Amino acid sequence: MAFIKVENLTHIYHPGTPQESVALDKVNLSIEAGEFVAVLGTNGSGKSTLARHLNGLLLPTEGRCFIRGLDTCNEQELWQIRQQIGMVFQNPDNQLIAAVVEDDVAFGPENLGMDPQEIRAKVNASLQAVNMAKYRTFAPHLLSGGQKQRIAIAGALAMDTDCLVLDEPTAMLDPQGREEVLRTVQKLHEERGITIVYITHFMEEASVADRIVVMDKGQVAADGTPREIFADVPGMKKCGLDVPLAVEVVWQLRHQGIKLPEDILTEDELVEALEAYTCQSN
Amino acid sequence: MLSNITIGQYFPGNSILHRLDPRVKVLLLFFFLIEIFLFSNAVAYGIFSAVAFALMLLSGIPLGMLLRSLKPLWWIILFTFVIHLFSNPGTPIAKFWWFTLTWEGIRMGCFISLRLVLLILMSSLLTFTTSPLKLTDALESLLSPFRRFGLPAHELAMMMTIALRFIPTLIEETDKIMKAQQSRGADFTTGNVMKRLRNMVPILVPLFLSAFRRADELAMAMEARCYRGGVGRTQMKSLKTGGVDYLAIAGFVLLTVSLLGIKVLA
Amino acid sequence: MSIELKQVSYTYMPKTPYEHKALDDVSFTLDEGSFTAIAGHTGSGKSTLVQHLNGLLHPECGQVLVDGVDLADSSRTGRQAAKEARNKVGMVFQYPEQQLFEETIAADIAFGPKNQGLEGEALAKRVKEAMELMGLDYAAYKDRSPFQLSGGQKRRVAIAGVLALHPKYLVLDEPTAGLDPQGREDLIQIICRLRKKWKLTIVFVSHNMEDIARLADSVVIMNHGQMAIKAAPQAAFEQVGILQAAGLQEPQMLHLLHRLQAVGLPVKADGIQLADGIHAIKEALSHAK
Repeated sequence: MAFIKVENLTHIYHPGTPQESVALDKVNLSIEAGEFVAVLGTNGSGKSTLARHLNGLLLPTEGRCFIRGLDTCNEQELWQIRQQIGMVFQNPDNQLIAAVVEDDVAFGPENLGMDPQEIRAKVNASLQAVNMAKYRTFAPHLLSGGQKQRIAIAGALAMDTDCLVLDEPTAMLDPQGREEVLRTVQKLHEERGITIVYITHFMEEASVADRIVVMDKGQVAADGTPREIFADVPGMKKCGLDVPLAVEVVWQLRHQGIKLPEDILTEDELVEALEAYTCQSN
Repeated sequence: MLSNITIGQYFPGNSILHRLDPRVKVLLLFFFLIEIFLFSNAVAYGIFSAVAFALMLLSGIPLGMLLRSLKPLWWIILFTFVIHLFSNPGTPIAKFWWFTLTWEGIRMGCFISLRLVLLILMSSLLTFTTSPLKLTDALESLLSPFRRFGLPAHELAMMMTIALRFIPTLIEETDKIMKAQQSRGADFTTGNVMKRLRNMVPILVPLFLSAFRRADELAMAMEARCYRGGVGRTQMKSLKTGGVDYLAIAGFVLLTVSLLGIKVLA
Repeated sequence: MSIELKQVSYTYMPKTPYEHKALDDVSFTLDEGSFTAIAGHTGSGKSTLVQHLNGLLHPECGQVLVDGVDLADSSRTGRQAAKEARNKVGMVFQYPEQQLFEETIAADIAFGPKNQGLEGEALAKRVKEAMELMGLDYAAYKDRSPFQLSGGQKRRVAIAGVLALHPKYLVLDEPTAGLDPQGREDLIQIICRLRKKWKLTIVFVSHNMEDIARLADSVVIMNHGQMAIKAAPQAAFEQVGILQAAGLQEPQMLHLLHRLQAVGLPVKADGIQLADGIHAIKEALSHAK
């Protein structure tokens, strides 16, 4: 059974009014436990709407959304779903609730009614996992954007979440903050096998995922490994997106008759390929 | 400048006063203030002042900082003092026009102003030694018995927590919006009251919109973390009453008993 | 004519436990017609710096001169001149769309010029011109509510609101933050056009080294409140160590070219744009043959 299963999901905002807009149009998607899936798409492509269906913050206009077989439309199962799917939002300022870091991380477990000692242990472990233990007693407004986002991640971890859904977590951060957050997410995926759904419009961030889903106008436009997805340079540009620099360079060079392997993704691979190319021609 | 405002006046430390259970502190302060009003003889006021002074020293907070909390109310204290000087009938000392200064007036003036000073100092001592968060916890805990009468104790405490969390953020935001509108030539410092109020619109509209957006996103984030009100909720930090607290309560009882004794004997 | 900073220092909350020195002895000149980028990580002092450029903050010590007028001049004669000088510097804050407040787009854009005393025909002309510069059709958009627009469009309305002031200098604080690749590109195009058409002197705060390389003719790198580098982008990007210390990365293309050099490919590492880089690599490959 897939961890996340989205079936024929349609979501219409303000149905029956002049502002009616179709945000998701018959989306089908399934994500296995332990996958790292990046979701790419321009603003308004429906990616945030999709994310909010995964833990029942939004309910489908049509279709269904299952998490480990639990239906988000079933109110009794909703709390179990939300415990399993931790969510991190775009604006780091608008998701921390308490005025002290450790109290904020404790917020989720407290809602679940955990025992105080257990909460304390979970809070400490989660802060450790995102490398923020020494900021335990800080006020959130004194932290940088990247640090706030890591606290938000810790807040989800403290609920023993199996899956993190991150909705453009780096859009409002500086390069340092972006790197901190991405590193943390990668680490949690690798070390704990946490399932990741990572929404972004930074191509370099998406390229570290196992799989990329491209959203365009409320539909899944492409779905595959980063290599497969980025190989279609014109297709990506048509969706208003971009490709990582290495991919773009290879694509251009190939078009100018330089025979490089097609499936290059990272700078490392490109350097290696160019080195091999010169040796070969010598 | 707006960003210079700090919230509350908590002064971090590790004195006995800092370590007391905030609930005990709130309750003892409450009863202490009542006693200030109940016992109004010279000996009692001597004891109150001595206790207050001892606590101020115990708190480890610079005396100057504590005294500064009197500053905003200095005029009121002085005004009350002067009013009482002349408004009490009794043995006259001197006469200015139709005002008569009396011994009783001086006595009453001193008492009343001392009462005000003690009231302010003791309350400040509470806020100086208790973080706003602990105060919130204490209020939630102290108010929870009233839940059965329909008082939303948990909701009130949650509101205070969120307010504490967002006040710095909103102050920063106000500062930024003000600067942005100033950069477009807005003027907040000249004109009459009506004009100034109208000039606030370019600040208030974006500020409210942003506050609503924040509230909306925060509500979503809270729901995503399984928040569904106070029912079935636990707390990581539960307040604990310990040895120091019992000592403080005992001290207070002793104070009350001796005050009563003095009153009976006199 | 220029904006000149002379040994500017600024401290937040002086003489409190929260005291924080945000600017430390910063001096530089922004010449008329120049395009200067300011880069640095969050907290490096760049936001404090730009707020000095139109007198929102006054230096603790040092001077900010706009066309020779000291913005902090509080003498009776100087005050009016300082006010006028401040008016020459348009300031677009981060996420400027958050400052929209009027019922219609035209009214919001008119807020600034109205404060300058414009009205009637002249005011409408300003609004129209600013909207068209930002790629917003006047007839189609003027009476619409700014709050019903998409994020990218709202931002353009907000920038138009500053352009309507007819500034001589324009400060843009991370104008592309939060936009998707297409939105970023559109806005960059508009900024290029502004510079060409209006000969505006532009100050551009950004983390994006590619954008800086593409647009700016000079870059100021801030770190811990101090100016670490002021140079042409090319020259600044050579100083990789200082860039990294300031929490910034060299442009990706340059990074790639430097790595190719390191493995022995004879590439010229002077291109930052895609086409330049491709050209350099091709050249090197044909040499290697």
